Amino acid sequence: MELVEAIILSVLAASTPLLLAATGELVTERSGVLNLGVEGMMIVGAACGFAGAWLTGSIFVGALFGILAGTMMSLIFALMALGLAVNQVATGLALTILGVGLSGLVGAGFVGERITPAAHLSIPGLTDIPLVGRVLFGEDAFVYFSIALVVAVWWFLYRTRAGLILRACGDNHVSAHALGYPVLRIRTFAVMFGGACAGLAGAYLPLAYTPFFIPGMTAGRGWIALALVVFSSWRPGRLVVGAYLFGAVTILQLHAQGWGVGIPSQFMSALPYLATVIVLVLLSRARSGGSTAPAALGTVFVPDR
Amino acid sequence: MQLVLEKRAERSGTIALVSPLIAVGLTIVTMVILFAILGKNPLLALHAYFIAPLTDGYSLQEIAVKATPLVMIAIGLSLCYLANAWNIGAEGQFLIGAVAGSWIAVRTQGTDAGAWVLPAMLVLAAAAGALYALIPAICKVKFGASEILTSLMLVYVADLFLDYLVRGPWRDPHGFNFPTTAEFDPVATVPLLIEGGRLHLGAIIALLVVAAAAILLGRTIKGFEIRVVGAAPRAARFGGFKADHLVILTFAVSGALAGLAGIIEVAGPVGHLQPGISPGYGFTAIIVAFLGRLNPLGILVAGLFLALTFIGGEQAQIAMKIPLDVTKVFQGILLFYVLACDSLILYRFRLVFPNRQVARGTR
Repeated sequence: MELVEAIILSVLAASTPLLLAATGELVTERSGVLNLGVEGMMIVGAACGFAGAWLTGSIFVGALFGILAGTMMSLIFALMALGLAVNQVATGLALTILGVGLSGLVGAGFVGERITPAAHLSIPGLTDIPLVGRVLFGEDAFVYFSIALVVAVWWFLYRTRAGLILRACGDNHVSAHALGYPVLRIRTFAVMFGGACAGLAGAYLPLAYTPFFIPGMTAGRGWIALALVVFSSWRPGRLVVGAYLFGAVTILQLHAQGWGVGIPSQFMSALPYLATVIVLVLLSRARSGGSTAPAALGTVFVPDR
Repeated sequence: MQLVLEKRAERSGTIALVSPLIAVGLTIVTMVILFAILGKNPLLALHAYFIAPLTDGYSLQEIAVKATPLVMIAIGLSLCYLANAWNIGAEGQFLIGAVAGSWIAVRTQGTDAGAWVLPAMLVLAAAAGALYALIPAICKVKFGASEILTSLMLVYVADLFLDYLVRGPWRDPHGFNFPTTAEFDPVATVPLLIEGGRLHLGAIIALLVVAAAAILLGRTIKGFEIRVVGAAPRAARFGGFKADHLVILTFAVSGALAGLAGIIEVAGPVGHLQPGISPGYGFTAIIVAFLGRLNPLGILVAGLFLALTFIGGEQAQIAMKIPLDVTKVFQGILLFYVLACDSLILYRFRLVFPNRQVARGTR
């Protein structure tokens, strides 16, 4: 029982950065913009988040630093892809290359330092309930926030007028523009939201997951988040399922390594990446009838005047 | 008053020609600011980066050695990008090529195997790189899975596989437990062009690849097809060109070139298989491809330039304690400026005065 609880706890922790980054990217993509720079925004968020927490001693300030850093990175993307109508795939790649370099530069001074990780919730009585207590009432704030964020995004996209307009921009930017909606401004906000989420997701890693910063610590999570958005068919509900499934794969392979299954550890470590490829193939195949992606995803829009 | 982007009536030839130069210029200006922020003398830093490596023979050779894999990979990537196929997993194909070729080197180690070893390694590496690149290509064509994500995921898989081999079955028993194979035999080593120097046969192979790509794109129907499918997919469909075939073909060719570059790096400058054989060649090659405007000769120049930044970065680290990550930041910023300047080939900025437009509308 103890072990089951421990596994569920670690799955939730491993899933949270994926869920945060993927939620942001989902909103960005729903507005019609494909920002492939999630990995770059995350790693800069991780470096700046750790720097913020280390300098001020506050996890909250660290998280804010991460959000701010991710947003700044996404603004570079918006300037290029929306302002200058540059190919979004190439711009996203450039953002990741730049992010890896910047995070190394910012984080170099903090390698080897440690902080006190984010505190876990503790409600006397509730948190002590066997099996479910710590899972439901003993998480850190990031875990609860990520779930609240998905619910909020679902509500925004499907229950508000602004969400409807954002989806309209993603499906047909020409019509949205003709109706008088400021397509590029809406997309800029969507990109910034994606950046903020990616920055927070990155900051989660050194602030709560492991209490120190190492270069390249995002280890492809930004790319997996991108795959999760495809997995979810651009729907927040399925995103939660996907993020926790991937978190589970990551944790199970770690435990399997610990149990000494006779498979080399490198093969187990490769599992999350291979699973991503297989899932992408299976899903794309199942959807051969028609794509569920926003129709204008990744296309350049320069308004006529 | 507002600054807006609008499409040019036709693409600007002048800007197409000078845009890489403007991009390099803007990058250098940005770097001066960055050096100043880091508290380093910008002029000395620029000298260490861009001038010092050009002044001694050893560094010049080293630039050519670093440019060799960059140019080979970037040529392959440019074919993909021209055909609108997004292979961003060249790093993985590079590693798999290195692994496959090393297999022959490891198996023939200490035997009296003859001169066939190196050619066999090169062929096997190219084949393995091509096969590895075909995984995302086939997933894309058969199942519609995003080749961007699958090709990138396979980079991590290749990296872990190489790590397993050199820590497990292929580890040098006399290597003091370091994760590396034994040094390759002379028959499994890429010959040097200058005795006692660093320049090796790979540089010649890279030049041949550039020439072959220039002929393919400029003089053959296949090259024409690649360019049309990327630039005008609808027209290509009406012309009977099959985009799917070209995705497969360009991925296979770029995978083969990346794999070849991988084994040349291992059997040449490195001399054995170990983790970290690539300082991100597969990703830097993306920048090389774009900076070279997806043109073979442009890629040759761009590859030499980015190789210069690798060498310059190392020298600046030694001489001025400038962190190596500055080189990556430099490369990222350069790609941004290249893409931004390229955008001005097709678009231009114009100032509009909204008030006047409204006035005209109400009249």
